[in-house]
Amino acid sequence: MSALNIKKGSTSHSAYDLRDSHSEVEESHTLAVIVENEPGVLARVIGLFSGRGYNIDSLTVAEVDHTGHRSRITVVTRGTPAVIDQIEAQLSRMVPVYEVHDLTAEGPSVQRELALIKVSGRGEPRIEALRLAEIFRASVVDSTLDSFVFEMTGTPAKIDAFAELMRPLGLKEIARTGVAAMSRGA
Amino acid sequence: MTRQMTGARMVVQALKDQGVEVVFGYPGGAVLPIYDEIFQQNDIRHVLVRHEQGAVHMAEGYARSTGKVGVALVTSGPGATNAVTGLTDALMDSIPILVLTGQVPTFMIGTDGFQEADTVGITRPCTKMNWLVKDTAKLSETIHQAFHVARAGRPGPVLVDIPKDVQFATAEYVRPEKTRTDHYMPRVKGDIDRITRLVELIETAERPIFYTGGGVINSGRAASQLLRELVDATGFPVTSTLMGLGAYPASGKSWLGMLGMHGLYEANLAMHGCDLMINVGARFDDRITGRVKDFSPRSVKAHIDIDPSSINKVIHVDVPILGDVGHVLEDALKIWKARGRKVNREALPKWWAQINEWRRMNSLAYAPSKATIKPQYALERLEALTRGRDRYITTEVGQHQMWAAQFLHFDEPNRWMTSGGLGTMGYGLPASIGVQVAHPDALVINVAGEASWLMNMQEMGTAMQFRAPVKQFILNNERLGMVRQWQELLHGERYSSSWSESLPDFVKLAEAFGCKGIQCTDPKTLDDAILEMLAYDGPVIFDCRVEKHENCFPMIPSGRPHNEMLLSADAEAFKSGAVLV
Repeated sequence: MSALNIKKGSTSHSAYDLRDSHSEVEESHTLAVIVENEPGVLARVIGLFSGRGYNIDSLTVAEVDHTGHRSRITVVTRGTPAVIDQIEAQLSRMVPVYEVHDLTAEGPSVQRELALIKVSGRGEPRIEALRLAEIFRASVVDSTLDSFVFEMTGTPAKIDAFAELMRPLGLKEIARTGVAAMSRGA
Repeated sequence: MTRQMTGARMVVQALKDQGVEVVFGYPGGAVLPIYDEIFQQNDIRHVLVRHEQGAVHMAEGYARSTGKVGVALVTSGPGATNAVTGLTDALMDSIPILVLTGQVPTFMIGTDGFQEADTVGITRPCTKMNWLVKDTAKLSETIHQAFHVARAGRPGPVLVDIPKDVQFATAEYVRPEKTRTDHYMPRVKGDIDRITRLVELIETAERPIFYTGGGVINSGRAASQLLRELVDATGFPVTSTLMGLGAYPASGKSWLGMLGMHGLYEANLAMHGCDLMINVGARFDDRITGRVKDFSPRSVKAHIDIDPSSINKVIHVDVPILGDVGHVLEDALKIWKARGRKVNREALPKWWAQINEWRRMNSLAYAPSKATIKPQYALERLEALTRGRDRYITTEVGQHQMWAAQFLHFDEPNRWMTSGGLGTMGYGLPASIGVQVAHPDALVINVAGEASWLMNMQEMGTAMQFRAPVKQFILNNERLGMVRQWQELLHGERYSSSWSESLPDFVKLAEAFGCKGIQCTDPKTLDDAILEMLAYDGPVIFDCRVEKHENCFPMIPSGRPHNEMLLSADAEAFKSGAVLV
């Protein structure tokens, strides 16, 4: 119909040309956002997500460069490819935001989370909990005669699995840091 | 050389160094030190408003008509919260303004002190950036950075919140050129490969259209010139959003008129039927696209925008070009010329023939009346009697705003100030004062509806005090016209709270303010009444009594595609459930 020699939708605006930006399937993406470490910057980023109706599955923030006043926010979000692209664009145009990396799209990355898990009990369940902790490479950071606090790091899925196993063995409390993530390679 | 001074003096010095000539504001406890400094100098003029919302809209009018940053100064607590509507308005329409707010002293923050509000918290989502300055040593740099952020990239409102003790304390003043601004430098040059792709499309397109927006005006006068050159050289049709009127002249031969919900028939159908859409600094607002699924279904779309989040937000585009409109148009023109100034000379005349056929629909037609003043007629006469004058127009929000966009013609950018994105009733009167302050000798007219106008009518006091001879041209239909129109067409003619009862006598109101009031009820005397308004050296409130039940057409009911436009004759059929055109 058109004389224009172009396939509609063939030029994606992002670096991830292989992705189908028309897909309606929601994906989980991990974003690393490098921001100026200033009062209110976290509120600004969170406000963007709540104000525009985006999801936050996990969020961590800490200063990573004291002299340069840089903090790193790692946020795990869900959305269609178009929404993910929009989130990235909305973040990158914010004044105190220096860099935005979509670690999920940019290539392989490592994701780790730390959890503290309190399990109480005596007798066989207690021994079973300790045995499982060993398998999961969780270490005991506090112990009483009827409780343990395990510390473990791993992917969110690994922590989920461990917590699920602890549930019938006397799981009392769980504290998780949220995901820290980094791309693999140099 | 170091210069020690108080925070309050720093504020005034920073404004001077940024070239600020006027500040719109309202004093209060938490900004008294700054007001004391303003009192002791003559470089910066202070315009005392009657309500803080007025101050922000004045700053917007000033900014939009000059291209400079508008400045408002308000106190803490209620002063700041009253500024919120104006900030949101400026954010939606990309208007560069700086709002300075006073704050309770740092040691009182968090104690629910008198007139304390979490100003940076409240205004975070409605500013491009905001700062709470807790240390006088950082104050001057923060203000300079605020100016930079307001201007750079996609312009917008910024706010600096200054606690009272920070205003009293002394520190070293930092000059603008010593201030670090490199951390925020949006890219202005577009990708050359993408621009070349656009030029290739321009060379072969059979049914192209330029769809331009406020970004052309924000980019500066050069961008408007480049747009004119490109449009005229290619011979492509051009339409514009509400915010972009004046970038391409309404008298230009390629002008189709405004597009969108109340845009012209030919503009909307050309958008629907084009094969190449070149979006220049517009953002596919829902008032433009109608039903997204059916928006211009057969076109290849290019989009020039400086804001990465505007691209692919609503409409997926094929050739996105991230950059400043002026820079990108300049490169596009260069490349297009270097490649031999090619366009599809066989197809374009057919496209224009089709457009001219649509034009014959004469979609702005209305039933004339000898008995009552039709609002469209009033604007046609206003246009005819002010054409060629050094004229600036502001509007309120509603039917009158759409009619003004349809019936007034703008040949230059920065001449049309209206609240587009937020749709703020009460914008026009204060904005007109801001424009007049920037252009004391120009003719400044606020085209208003009586309901919108009442929302900020207290600012007539400001107009009087500062001798701003603004003309308030009120199309008075004793109705909330646009609300009434939607109720008629879409809510079974149940007119819920959409009439203006207990209206003031506008002529007496004008007298009460000490300005001139004119009432006109008869189309035969309208010209004389308008001339009387124009001749009066001072503010005028013009009560133009218009037809009460006039509807604004064409209209694309929200959620409909462009080719399902209602024209005035169709409205009756629409009410009975038919879908037309």
